[in-house]
Amino acid sequence: MNETPDNQIANMAEDIALPRKNGELVFEAPWEGRVFGMTVALNESGEYEWSEFVRMLAAEISAADQSDDSSTYYERWLESLEKLLLDEGMLEAKELEARAAEYASGERDDDWHD
Amino acid sequence: MSGQHHGAAEPYPAIRTKAIESLLIEKGLFTGDAIDAKVQAYESDIGPMNGAKIVARAWVDSDYRERLIANGRAAIAEMGFADTHGAELVVHENTRAVHNVVVCTLCSCYPWAVLGLPPTWYKSFAYRSRVVIEPRKVLKEFGLELDDSVEVRVWDSNSDIRYMILPERPGGTEGLSEDELAELVSRDSMIGVAKVKRPVQVG
Repeated sequence: MNETPDNQIANMAEDIALPRKNGELVFEAPWEGRVFGMTVALNESGEYEWSEFVRMLAAEISAADQSDDSSTYYERWLESLEKLLLDEGMLEAKELEARAAEYASGERDDDWHD
Repeated sequence: MSGQHHGAAEPYPAIRTKAIESLLIEKGLFTGDAIDAKVQAYESDIGPMNGAKIVARAWVDSDYRERLIANGRAAIAEMGFADTHGAELVVHENTRAVHNVVVCTLCSCYPWAVLGLPPTWYKSFAYRSRVVIEPRKVLKEFGLELDDSVEVRVWDSNSDIRYMILPERPGGTEGLSEDELAELVSRDSMIGVAKVKRPVQVG
């Protein structure tokens, strides 16, 4: 079954819009797709307001541009999502850092089947 | 999920993403499958490939072409594509004599069900205001120069009616299958700011 894109996602402002090629979304690595998918899923289930995320993403992009930060679009998206999750209380910084350390050390190593 | 070990250190963002996903799954905020489905939907199901398949079908099947022009909404449903959120879908055919192009002067109404996310320029004030006044000049800026004998029609979308263009089938495509034809169809050709190009000769 086909889905139609969310109106809010389709109409993101030009300077923060999703990278596309001939109109198709472009994910350079599996994690980019996951980050995007999680953000959309949490919004659809009503966990946060899309406008709130867009505000954070715009701030992240503008700060990175001003400081000559060479991070990619989805790295900035990820930063924004982390902030949103912490702000909204969906995650705690402590558990996030602990879990990330487990993946970094190889203690956990599950992968996406892509 | 595979249990394969990663030899080299994984990139930082991949690690952060995995940490976030695994924690939120444990908290019951979503399932891994739900995220798979979301990514799949946005990556593959939503986008101009839907429109391209419709165009290719219309090129090879003249009955389908007639149904598409008579009732776009019913014809895309027939192909299994999502509905247009209640809006009508009107399909205009580009020919040697008539060239159609789509705009939404008021906002950015767009046939998402068949074309996916609108391109940035489609939403720009410059395109929205100029294509109505000087369509030939705007099309030329897109690299599409039309003969003076060609009539240009501009269709202004709104919340009740969405437009899609059925571009002209290029020459040199007689031997191609429907799937091969679909690959030739660009998003821009279905908005009407480009033509479908002849396939590049191989070998």
